[in-house]
Amino acid sequence: MASIAIENVVKTYAGGNTAVHGVSIDIKDGEFIVLVGPSGCGKSTLLRMVAGLEPISGGEVRIGDRRVNDLDPADRDIAMVFQNYALYPHMTVRENLAYGLKNRKTPKAEIEARVAEAARMLEIGQYLDRKPRALSGGQRQRVAMGRAIVRKPAAFLFDEPLSNLDAKLRVTMRAEIRKLQKRLGTTSIYVTHDQLEAMTLADRLVVLNAGRIEQIGAPLEIYHKPASTFVASFIGSPAMNLVDARAEGGMLWFGGVSVPLKGAQGPVTLGLRAEDLRLAAPGEAAVQLRIEHVEELGAQRLVHGMFEDQSLTIALSPDVPLSDVVPVALPRERLHLFDAVSGKRIEARAPVFA
Amino acid sequence: MHRTRPFDHLILIIGAALLVLPVVVAFMTSTYTAAQIHTGGLQILPGGNFTETYSKVLTQKGGFTGQITGARMLMNSMILGVGFALGKIVLSMMAAYAIVYFRFRFATIMFWVIFTTLLLPLEVRIMPSYGVMSQLGILNSYTGLIVPLLASATGTFYFRQFFKSIPDELLEAARIDGAGPVKFFIDVIVPLSKTMIAAIFIIMFVYGWNQYLWPMLMTTDESFFTLMRGIKSILQVWIGSQIPDYNEAFALAVLAIIPPVAVVVIFQRWFIKGLTESDK
Repeated sequence: MASIAIENVVKTYAGGNTAVHGVSIDIKDGEFIVLVGPSGCGKSTLLRMVAGLEPISGGEVRIGDRRVNDLDPADRDIAMVFQNYALYPHMTVRENLAYGLKNRKTPKAEIEARVAEAARMLEIGQYLDRKPRALSGGQRQRVAMGRAIVRKPAAFLFDEPLSNLDAKLRVTMRAEIRKLQKRLGTTSIYVTHDQLEAMTLADRLVVLNAGRIEQIGAPLEIYHKPASTFVASFIGSPAMNLVDARAEGGMLWFGGVSVPLKGAQGPVTLGLRAEDLRLAAPGEAAVQLRIEHVEELGAQRLVHGMFEDQSLTIALSPDVPLSDVVPVALPRERLHLFDAVSGKRIEARAPVFA
Repeated sequence: MHRTRPFDHLILIIGAALLVLPVVVAFMTSTYTAAQIHTGGLQILPGGNFTETYSKVLTQKGGFTGQITGARMLMNSMILGVGFALGKIVLSMMAAYAIVYFRFRFATIMFWVIFTTLLLPLEVRIMPSYGVMSQLGILNSYTGLIVPLLASATGTFYFRQFFKSIPDELLEAARIDGAGPVKFFIDVIVPLSKTMIAAIFIIMFVYGWNQYLWPMLMTTDESFFTLMRGIKSILQVWIGSQIPDYNEAFALAVLAIIPPVAVVVIFQRWFIKGLTESDK
């Protein structure tokens, strides 16, 4: 159990490529942090620097109160779960679990007790004497987690551990990882490119883009107040609609509809969550949306349409009748405004009418 | 799917017979006396001289000094073959391990230098090698026979390719599990390479077993003679009216076949097991 401090960590490769630009994250003891971002955003590199598998080019990583920059991975008191599990194929499950402890000269009886405990926790007791190749993907994943658990490390590092599983198994394993982490209370850093995984697992999310932090926050905080257009389009499914709008004289104009709004001027990017949009009541000011195609998801229906040259997706209940053109009302309380150039969030709000 | 028809079997049988027949002829012929062979030529049916020929070949002291038996030559060949195979495996595994897993200057160039020597056969450097051994004073010794031929570009290359196919995550997992370079090599790399080791062992054992030129250069002492040289020396006694001991030459040849065949049969089983059991 320990906190982890990542301070101004930089990764520059020999060729001069910088993969991570001065990232700082303060991770509290027992916290579940998810690093999320598109591929190539530096999230795995960051994790591997914390693990010690990748040298740190600049900045500092502290686990507990120890500076670990120059420590070997084995001395950092961390355990890692890999995407392809990285189980030793020639060892049985039991040997796989025990290998790290054996190398640390843990007494035999203690190893046995810990392996048994981990096996019970992960329900892999009956596979202990099998080789990894005789296990299914989900079982291998459990063994990989077991290998992390038996060590009782200060922190778990997960590198996209669920990517190789099928969709259904991913959901169950996700829940199990969360439960396990809650129960053990071990500080965890989890890397994924799947925003849904990130949202459901994290105490706090770190959204990375091109080696920089876009936003750090609790999942709902990020969902409700994305700090930039990048975060807005990355977190949430379907992705937030981002359309061009204008703010003029205390009013926001989009699609012939105006909404009173303070704090912005000139061209802005307007963010609208599909699930916040609804069909306008008769007589209400509305954007006339030409429907292009409809995705049926069962519980809801995603309607993709065009207004002039801007596309817009709205989530509607499946029993709302549709025509070729539907009137869409803007949710006054749920508008997200971003700078048209930098993409940064503009704190603007509807004025309170006296 | 193609259904196997009798005709397919016929082709296989012909092919197999073509390959096996010379061996059968050699074995059958070895069971006659030298005189019978000299007059009657090669034989396909068993003769009555089996025990005599083989016991003579294995136990009778022969050669110019009258000191060397077939059993001794068999042992020498065995030492050479096994020493070769094991030495080459150990050396090339370690070389490949260094090339693949350690980042040092000129590693790539180093590898290509090793790799180019693959193109040079032993014969090219046989004189300098002999010179070195002679100056070291280890002519007529097992060390001199085995050590100079141990560096193996082929083996290094095969192991390098194999190590490269081992996922990096395994190394990383081992590092997190606290295994240093030596431990990782012994605990993970060696067990994973079992099938490769078996394959290389087959190749290298047969290669070592069949060495003729190098042992001939290196050893003048007859107690280091290998089977390959023994066969040759039996046939070299055509002096005056003496008939060469064809039967003994054939018997030695048959004996010389057995160990490589045994090695192939034994290791092939591992080899195939490894291939079919491997992950994914």
